Amino acid sequence: MYDLANPDRFDRFARAATPIAAAGALLLLVAGLYLALFGSPADYQQGESVRIMYVHVPAAWMALMCYSSMAVASVVGFIWKHPLADVAAKATAPIGASFTFLALVTGSLWGKPMWGTWWAWDARLTSVLILFFMYLGYMAAWSAFEDKSRAARIAAIICIVGFINVPIIKFSVDWWNSLHQPASVFRADGPSIHSSMLTPLLLMGLAYTLIFTALLFISMRAELAERRIARLEAAARAPSEVKVA
Amino acid sequence: MTKRSRRILLIGALLGVTSIATLLVLTALKQSVAYFYTPSDLAKLAKKPAGLLRLGGLVATGSVKFAEGGDATVNFTISDEFATTPVTYRGVLPDLFREGQGVVVQGRLNPEGVVVASEVLAKHDENYMPREVADALKKQGRWKDGEKTP
Repeated sequence: MYDLANPDRFDRFARAATPIAAAGALLLLVAGLYLALFGSPADYQQGESVRIMYVHVPAAWMALMCYSSMAVASVVGFIWKHPLADVAAKATAPIGASFTFLALVTGSLWGKPMWGTWWAWDARLTSVLILFFMYLGYMAAWSAFEDKSRAARIAAIICIVGFINVPIIKFSVDWWNSLHQPASVFRADGPSIHSSMLTPLLLMGLAYTLIFTALLFISMRAELAERRIARLEAAARAPSEVKVA
Repeated sequence: MTKRSRRILLIGALLGVTSIATLLVLTALKQSVAYFYTPSDLAKLAKKPAGLLRLGGLVATGSVKFAEGGDATVNFTISDEFATTPVTYRGVLPDLFREGQGVVVQGRLNPEGVVVASEVLAKHDENYMPREVADALKKQGRWKDGEKTP
Protein backbone atom coordinates (compact mmCIF):
# COMPACT_ATOMS: atom_id res chain seq x y z
CA MET A 1 0.00 0.00 0.00
CA TYR A 2 2.80 2.36 0.94
CA ASP A 3 4.63 1.49 -2.29
CA LEU A 4 1.68 2.64 -4.35
CA ALA A 5 2.01 6.13 -2.94
CA ASN A 6 4.93 6.57 -5.32
CA PRO A 7 3.44 8.11 -8.50
CA ASP A 8 5.50 5.90 -10.87
CA ARG A 9 4.59 2.69 -9.09
CA PHE A 10 0.99 3.82 -8.96
CA ASP A 11 1.05 4.47 -12.69
CA ARG A 12 2.27 0.94 -13.43
CA PHE A 13 -0.26 -0.59 -11.03
CA ALA A 14 -3.16 1.47 -12.41
CA ARG A 15 -2.24 0.66 -16.01
CA ALA A 16 -2.47 -3.06 -15.22
CA ALA A 17 -5.56 -2.79 -13.00
CA THR A 18 -7.71 -0.58 -15.25
CA PRO A 19 -8.65 -3.24 -17.85
CA ILE A 20 -9.36 -5.77 -15.09
CA ALA A 21 -11.70 -3.33 -13.32
CA ALA A 22 -13.35 -2.38 -16.62
CA ALA A 23 -13.92 -6.01 -17.61
CA GLY A 24 -15.31 -6.82 -14.17
CA ALA A 25 -17.59 -3.79 -14.38
CA LEU A 26 -18.93 -4.85 -17.77
CA LEU A 27 -19.55 -8.41 -16.59
CA LEU A 28 -21.34 -7.32 -13.41
CA LEU A 29 -23.30 -4.67 -15.26
CA VAL A 30 -24.62 -7.21 -17.78
CA ALA A 31 -25.51 -9.70 -15.03
CA GLY A 32 -26.96 -7.00 -12.77
CA LEU A 33 -29.04 -5.36 -15.50
CA TYR A 34 -30.34 -8.72 -16.70
CA LEU A 35 -31.48 -9.64 -13.19
CA ALA A 36 -32.82 -6.13 -12.59
CA LEU A 37 -34.86 -5.94 -15.78
CA PHE A 38 -35.87 -9.58 -16.38
CA GLY A 39 -34.78 -11.83 -13.53
CA SER A 40 -36.41 -10.03 -10.61
CA PRO A 41 -40.07 -9.72 -9.61
CA ALA A 42 -42.22 -6.59 -9.75
CA ASP A 43 -42.82 -4.93 -6.38
CA TYR A 44 -46.07 -5.58 -4.47
CA GLN A 45 -46.63 -1.86 -4.23
CA GLN A 46 -44.75 -0.14 -7.04
CA GLY A 47 -45.15 -2.75 -9.76
CA GLU A 48 -42.65 -2.57 -12.62
CA SER A 49 -41.52 0.97 -11.74
CA VAL A 50 -39.42 -0.53 -8.97
CA ARG A 51 -36.81 -1.41 -11.61
CA ILE A 52 -35.64 2.22 -11.64
CA MET A 53 -34.29 1.45 -8.17
CA TYR A 54 -31.50 -0.69 -9.63
CA VAL A 55 -29.92 2.26 -11.43
CA HIS A 56 -30.97 4.96 -8.96
CA VAL A 57 -29.91 3.55 -5.60
CA PRO A 58 -26.35 2.49 -6.57
CA ALA A 59 -25.82 5.91 -8.21
CA ALA A 60 -26.83 7.58 -4.95
CA TRP A 61 -24.49 5.28 -2.98
CA MET A 62 -21.64 6.20 -5.31
CA ALA A 63 -22.43 9.90 -4.98
CA LEU A 64 -21.84 9.63 -1.22
CA MET A 65 -18.94 7.19 -1.53
CA CYS A 66 -17.08 9.39 -4.04
CA TYR A 67 -17.48 12.45 -1.84
CA SER A 68 -16.30 10.55 1.23
CA SER A 69 -13.20 9.24 -0.53
CA MET A 70 -12.56 12.73 -1.90
CA ALA A 71 -12.67 14.05 1.66
CA VAL A 72 -10.24 11.38 2.90
CA ALA A 73 -7.86 12.11 0.00
CA SER A 74 -8.17 15.83 0.71
CA VAL A 75 -7.24 15.36 4.38
CA VAL A 76 -4.20 13.23 3.41
CA GLY A 77 -3.21 15.72 0.72
CA PHE A 78 -3.65 18.71 2.99
CA ILE A 79 -1.81 17.36 6.03
CA TRP A 80 0.92 15.21 4.48
CA LYS A 81 1.24 17.22 1.25
CA HIS A 82 1.09 14.05 -0.78
CA PRO A 83 0.67 14.93 -4.47
CA LEU A 84 -0.95 11.58 -5.32
CA ALA A 85 -3.69 12.24 -2.75
CA ASP A 86 -4.42 15.61 -4.38
CA VAL A 87 -4.54 13.94 -7.79
CA ALA A 88 -6.92 11.27 -6.46
CA ALA A 89 -9.26 13.87 -4.93
CA LYS A 90 -9.24 15.98 -8.07
CA ALA A 91 -9.92 12.98 -10.33
CA THR A 92 -12.80 11.75 -8.15
CA ALA A 93 -14.82 14.97 -8.39
CA PRO A 94 -16.18 14.77 -11.97
CA ILE A 95 -16.99 11.05 -11.52
CA GLY A 96 -18.81 11.74 -8.27
CA ALA A 97 -20.66 14.66 -9.85
CA SER A 98 -21.80 12.38 -12.70
CA PHE A 99 -23.11 9.76 -10.29
CA THR A 100 -24.92 12.47 -8.32
CA PHE A 101 -26.47 13.79 -11.52
CA LEU A 102 -27.53 10.27 -12.47
CA ALA A 103 -29.09 9.78 -9.03
CA LEU A 104 -30.99 13.08 -9.34
CA VAL A 105 -32.28 12.35 -12.85
CA THR A 106 -33.30 8.73 -12.21
CA GLY A 107 -34.84 9.78 -8.89
CA SER A 108 -36.90 12.38 -10.70
CA LEU A 109 -38.02 9.81 -13.29
CA TRP A 110 -38.98 7.48 -10.45
CA GLY A 111 -40.70 10.19 -8.44
CA LYS A 112 -43.17 11.09 -11.17
CA PRO A 113 -44.95 7.70 -11.41
CA MET A 114 -44.63 6.83 -7.70
CA TRP A 115 -45.04 10.05 -5.76
CA GLY A 116 -46.79 12.03 -8.47
CA THR A 117 -44.11 14.70 -8.82
CA TRP A 118 -40.75 15.12 -10.55
CA TRP A 119 -39.28 17.07 -7.70
CA ALA A 120 -40.04 18.00 -4.10
CA TRP A 121 -38.05 20.26 -1.81
CA ASP A 122 -37.80 17.64 0.89
CA ALA A 123 -34.66 17.21 3.00
CA ARG A 124 -33.21 14.25 1.09
CA LEU A 125 -33.67 15.66 -2.40
CA THR A 126 -32.48 19.12 -1.43
CA SER A 127 -29.37 17.87 0.38
CA VAL A 128 -28.40 15.72 -2.63
CA LEU A 129 -28.85 18.72 -4.93
CA ILE A 130 -26.51 20.64 -2.60
CA LEU A 131 -24.02 17.75 -2.89
CA PHE A 132 -24.12 18.14 -6.67
CA PHE A 133 -23.35 21.86 -6.39
CA MET A 134 -20.54 21.09 -3.96
CA TYR A 135 -18.90 18.84 -6.53
CA LEU A 136 -19.16 21.67 -9.06
CA GLY A 137 -17.77 24.17 -6.57
CA TYR A 138 -14.89 21.84 -5.78
CA MET A 139 -14.05 21.49 -9.48
CA ALA A 140 -14.32 25.25 -9.95
CA ALA A 141 -11.85 25.77 -7.10
CA TRP A 142 -9.30 23.59 -8.88
CA SER A 143 -9.53 25.58 -12.07
CA ALA A 144 -9.66 28.97 -10.37
CA PHE A 145 -5.98 29.00 -9.39
CA GLU A 146 -2.94 28.84 -11.66
CA ASP A 147 -0.73 27.54 -8.86
CA LYS A 148 -1.50 23.84 -8.45
CA SER A 149 -0.45 23.52 -4.82
CA ARG A 150 -2.53 26.55 -3.88
CA ALA A 151 -5.53 25.15 -5.79
CA ALA A 152 -5.08 21.80 -4.03
CA ARG A 153 -5.04 23.50 -0.63
CA ILE A 154 -8.16 25.57 -1.21
CA ALA A 155 -10.08 22.74 -2.91
CA ALA A 156 -9.20 20.45 0.01
CA ILE A 157 -10.61 22.92 2.54
CA ILE A 158 -13.81 23.28 0.51
CA CYS A 159 -14.16 19.51 0.28
CA ILE A 160 -13.55 18.91 3.99
CA VAL A 161 -16.02 21.62 5.07
CA GLY A 162 -18.58 20.22 2.62
CA PHE A 163 -18.22 16.73 4.05
CA ILE A 164 -20.70 17.74 6.78
CA ASN A 165 -23.40 17.32 4.12
CA VAL A 166 -22.74 13.56 3.80
CA PRO A 167 -24.18 12.48 7.19
CA ILE A 168 -27.01 14.99 6.67
CA ILE A 169 -27.94 13.26 3.38
CA LYS A 170 -27.70 9.81 4.94
CA PHE A 171 -29.87 10.61 7.98
CA SER A 172 -32.16 13.28 6.44
CA VAL A 173 -34.89 10.67 5.97
CA ASP A 174 -34.74 9.67 9.65
CA TRP A 175 -34.41 13.11 11.20
CA TRP A 176 -37.20 14.88 9.35
CA ASN A 177 -40.54 14.08 7.79
CA SER A 178 -39.66 13.62 4.15
CA LEU A 179 -41.33 12.46 0.97
CA HIS A 180 -38.37 10.18 0.33
CA GLN A 181 -38.63 6.85 2.17
CA PRO A 182 -36.02 5.76 4.77
CA ALA A 183 -33.09 3.46 3.97
CA SER A 184 -33.87 -0.11 2.85
CA VAL A 185 -30.42 -1.71 2.76
CA PHE A 186 -28.04 0.03 5.19
CA ARG A 187 -30.21 0.09 8.30
CA ALA A 188 -29.77 -1.07 11.86
CA ASP A 189 -32.29 -3.95 11.75
CA GLY A 190 -31.13 -5.43 8.43
CA PRO A 191 -32.37 -4.90 4.87
CA SER A 192 -36.12 -4.47 4.37
CA ILE A 193 -35.88 -5.62 0.79
CA HIS A 194 -36.62 -9.11 -0.45
CA SER A 195 -33.55 -11.18 -1.40
CA SER A 196 -34.76 -11.57 -5.01
CA MET A 197 -34.46 -7.79 -5.34
CA LEU A 198 -31.46 -7.31 -3.08
CA THR A 199 -29.19 -9.52 -5.21
CA PRO A 200 -29.49 -7.48 -8.43
CA LEU A 201 -29.22 -4.28 -6.39
CA LEU A 202 -25.93 -5.37 -4.81
CA LEU A 203 -24.61 -6.61 -8.18
CA MET A 204 -25.33 -3.17 -9.65
CA GLY A 205 -23.64 -1.56 -6.65
CA LEU A 206 -20.50 -3.62 -7.27
CA ALA A 207 -20.63 -2.84 -11.01
CA TYR A 208 -20.84 0.90 -10.29
CA THR A 209 -17.91 0.61 -7.85
CA LEU A 210 -15.76 -1.05 -10.52
CA ILE A 211 -16.81 1.55 -13.12
CA PHE A 212 -15.71 4.19 -10.64
CA THR A 213 -12.39 2.39 -10.06
CA ALA A 214 -11.61 2.13 -13.78
CA LEU A 215 -12.56 5.78 -14.47
CA LEU A 216 -10.59 6.96 -11.44
CA PHE A 217 -7.44 5.14 -12.54
CA ILE A 218 -7.72 6.47 -16.10
CA SER A 219 -8.24 10.04 -15.02
CA MET A 220 -5.55 9.90 -12.29
CA ARG A 221 -3.03 8.63 -14.85
CA ALA A 222 -4.05 11.40 -17.23
CA GLU A 223 -3.56 14.00 -14.51
CA LEU A 224 -0.14 12.54 -13.56
CA ALA A 225 0.92 12.59 -17.22
CA GLU A 226 -0.26 16.19 -17.55
CA ARG A 227 1.79 17.21 -14.54
CA ARG A 228 4.85 15.46 -15.92
CA ILE A 229 4.44 17.29 -19.24
CA ALA A 230 4.12 20.60 -17.43
CA ARG A 231 7.32 19.87 -15.49
CA LEU A 232 9.23 18.89 -18.63
CA GLU A 233 8.02 21.98 -20.47
CA ALA A 234 9.08 24.18 -17.58
CA ALA A 235 12.49 22.52 -17.57
CA ALA A 236 12.84 22.97 -21.34
CA ARG A 237 11.89 26.63 -21.14
CA ALA A 238 14.17 27.45 -18.27
CA PRO A 239 17.57 27.60 -20.11
CA SER A 240 16.24 29.82 -22.91
CA GLU A 241 14.81 32.22 -20.35
CA VAL A 242 18.24 32.39 -18.77
CA LYS A 243 19.71 33.31 -22.16
CA VAL A 244 17.19 36.08 -22.76
CA ALA A 245 17.96 37.50 -19.37
CA MET B 1 4.96 23.07 16.63
CA THR B 2 5.75 21.57 13.26
CA LYS B 3 4.00 22.69 10.11
CA ARG B 4 2.27 19.35 9.83
CA SER B 5 0.78 19.34 13.31
CA ARG B 6 -0.41 22.87 12.66
CA ARG B 7 -2.23 21.64 9.56
CA ILE B 8 -3.74 18.73 11.53
CA LEU B 9 -4.94 21.22 14.12
CA LEU B 10 -6.37 23.46 11.40
CA ILE B 11 -8.35 20.60 9.84
CA GLY B 12 -9.60 19.52 13.27
CA ALA B 13 -10.71 23.05 14.12
CA LEU B 14 -12.34 23.43 10.70
CA LEU B 15 -14.34 20.23 11.15
CA GLY B 16 -15.28 21.15 14.71
CA VAL B 17 -16.48 24.62 13.83
CA THR B 18 -18.43 23.45 10.76
CA SER B 19 -20.12 20.67 12.72
CA ILE B 20 -21.20 23.03 15.48
CA ALA B 21 -22.39 25.66 13.00
CA THR B 22 -24.37 23.07 11.04
CA LEU B 23 -25.85 21.63 14.22
CA LEU B 24 -27.03 25.10 15.27
CA VAL B 25 -28.50 25.88 11.85
CA LEU B 26 -30.29 22.54 11.66
CA THR B 27 -31.70 22.94 15.17
CA ALA B 28 -32.99 26.39 14.22
CA LEU B 29 -34.50 25.02 11.00
CA LYS B 30 -35.99 21.93 12.62
CA GLN B 31 -39.59 22.62 11.66
CA SER B 32 -39.04 24.23 8.27
CA VAL B 33 -36.76 21.43 7.06
CA ALA B 34 -39.54 18.92 7.65
CA TYR B 35 -41.40 18.40 4.39
CA PHE B 36 -44.82 18.11 6.00
CA TYR B 37 -46.83 18.35 9.22
CA THR B 38 -48.40 15.24 10.65
CA PRO B 39 -52.01 15.53 11.95
CA SER B 40 -50.69 15.54 15.54
CA ASP B 41 -48.21 18.34 14.70
CA LEU B 42 -51.13 20.30 13.30
CA ALA B 43 -53.32 19.63 16.35
CA LYS B 44 -50.54 20.87 18.63
CA LEU B 45 -50.09 24.18 16.79
CA ALA B 46 -51.79 27.04 18.68
CA LYS B 47 -51.80 29.28 15.61
CA LYS B 48 -52.88 27.36 12.53
CA PRO B 49 -50.86 28.11 9.39
CA ALA B 50 -52.77 30.52 7.15
CA GLY B 51 -50.91 29.89 3.89
CA LEU B 52 -50.05 26.75 1.97
CA LEU B 53 -49.15 23.81 4.13
CA ARG B 54 -48.25 20.20 3.59
CA LEU B 55 -49.79 17.42 5.63
CA GLY B 56 -48.59 13.83 5.65
CA GLY B 57 -49.79 10.55 7.13
CA LEU B 58 -51.77 7.47 6.25
CA VAL B 59 -55.08 7.60 4.39
CA ALA B 60 -57.46 6.36 7.10
CA THR B 61 -59.12 3.04 6.26
CA GLY B 62 -62.75 3.49 5.24
CA SER B 63 -62.45 7.26 4.94
CA VAL B 64 -62.14 7.66 1.15
CA LYS B 65 -65.42 8.98 -0.31
CA PHE B 66 -65.75 10.12 -3.91
CA ALA B 67 -68.28 12.90 -4.43
CA GLU B 68 -71.43 12.03 -6.34
CA GLY B 69 -71.80 13.27 -9.90
CA GLY B 70 -68.27 12.30 -10.86
CA ASP B 71 -66.60 15.72 -10.65
CA ALA B 72 -63.42 14.03 -9.37
CA THR B 73 -63.74 15.43 -5.86
CA VAL B 74 -62.57 13.06 -3.18
CA ASN B 75 -62.79 13.39 0.61
CA PHE B 76 -60.64 11.42 2.99
CA THR B 77 -58.93 11.78 6.33
CA ILE B 78 -55.22 11.59 7.00
CA SER B 79 -54.26 9.99 10.27
CA ASP B 80 -51.16 9.29 12.28
CA GLU B 81 -51.15 7.33 15.49
CA PHE B 82 -52.74 10.09 17.55
CA ALA B 83 -54.79 12.47 15.41
CA THR B 84 -56.70 12.76 12.14
CA THR B 85 -57.28 15.63 9.74
CA PRO B 86 -59.99 15.70 7.04
CA VAL B 87 -58.91 16.51 3.47
CA THR B 88 -60.84 17.39 0.35
CA TYR B 89 -59.22 17.26 -3.07
CA ARG B 90 -60.33 17.67 -6.65
CA GLY B 91 -58.03 16.26 -9.30
CA VAL B 92 -56.07 13.24 -10.41
CA LEU B 93 -54.80 10.96 -7.68
CA PRO B 94 -51.41 9.21 -7.96
CA ASP B 95 -51.44 5.46 -8.74
CA LEU B 96 -50.29 4.50 -5.27
CA PHE B 97 -53.17 6.38 -3.57
CA ARG B 98 -55.37 4.03 -1.56
CA GLU B 99 -56.58 3.48 1.98
CA GLY B 100 -53.74 2.70 4.35
CA GLN B 101 -51.21 4.32 2.01
CA GLY B 102 -48.86 7.10 3.11
CA VAL B 103 -49.60 10.39 1.34
CA VAL B 104 -48.51 14.01 1.48
CA VAL B 105 -51.05 16.65 0.49
CA GLN B 106 -50.47 20.33 -0.13
CA GLY B 107 -53.24 22.82 0.41
CA ARG B 108 -54.84 25.35 2.72
CA LEU B 109 -56.67 24.85 5.98
CA ASN B 110 -60.22 26.18 5.73
CA PRO B 111 -62.11 27.59 8.77
CA GLU B 112 -63.78 24.21 9.37
CA GLY B 113 -60.36 22.61 9.85
CA VAL B 114 -60.46 20.76 6.53
CA VAL B 115 -57.38 20.83 4.33
CA VAL B 116 -58.42 21.87 0.81
CA ALA B 117 -55.67 20.17 -1.16
CA SER B 118 -54.29 21.35 -4.47
CA GLU B 119 -51.82 18.47 -4.77
CA VAL B 120 -51.74 14.89 -3.49
CA LEU B 121 -48.44 12.99 -3.49
CA ALA B 122 -48.13 9.32 -2.58
CA LYS B 123 -45.36 8.16 -0.30
CA HIS B 124 -44.15 4.62 -0.44
CA ASP B 125 -42.31 2.90 2.37
CA GLU B 126 -38.86 1.37 2.45
CA ASN B 127 -40.12 -2.21 2.04
CA TYR B 128 -39.61 -3.97 -1.26
CA MET B 129 -40.96 -7.45 -1.95
CA PRO B 130 -42.65 -9.43 -4.71
CA ARG B 131 -46.45 -9.44 -4.71
CA GLU B 132 -46.56 -13.16 -3.87
CA VAL B 133 -44.52 -12.61 -0.71
CA ALA B 134 -46.77 -9.72 0.34
CA ASP B 135 -49.86 -11.87 -0.28
CA ALA B 136 -48.39 -14.80 1.64
CA LEU B 137 -47.58 -12.58 4.61
CA LYS B 138 -51.15 -11.30 4.62
CA LYS B 139 -52.59 -14.80 4.26
CA GLN B 140 -50.59 -16.03 7.22
CA GLY B 141 -52.02 -13.12 9.20
CA ARG B 142 -48.55 -11.72 9.86
CA TRP B 143 -49.41 -8.45 8.20
CA LYS B 144 -52.64 -6.53 7.70
CA ASP B 145 -53.46 -3.73 5.26
CA GLY B 146 -52.52 -0.32 6.54
CA GLU B 147 -50.26 -1.80 9.16
CA LYS B 148 -46.53 -1.31 9.33
CA THR B 149 -44.93 -4.08 7.28
CA PRO B 150 -43.16 -6.85 9.17
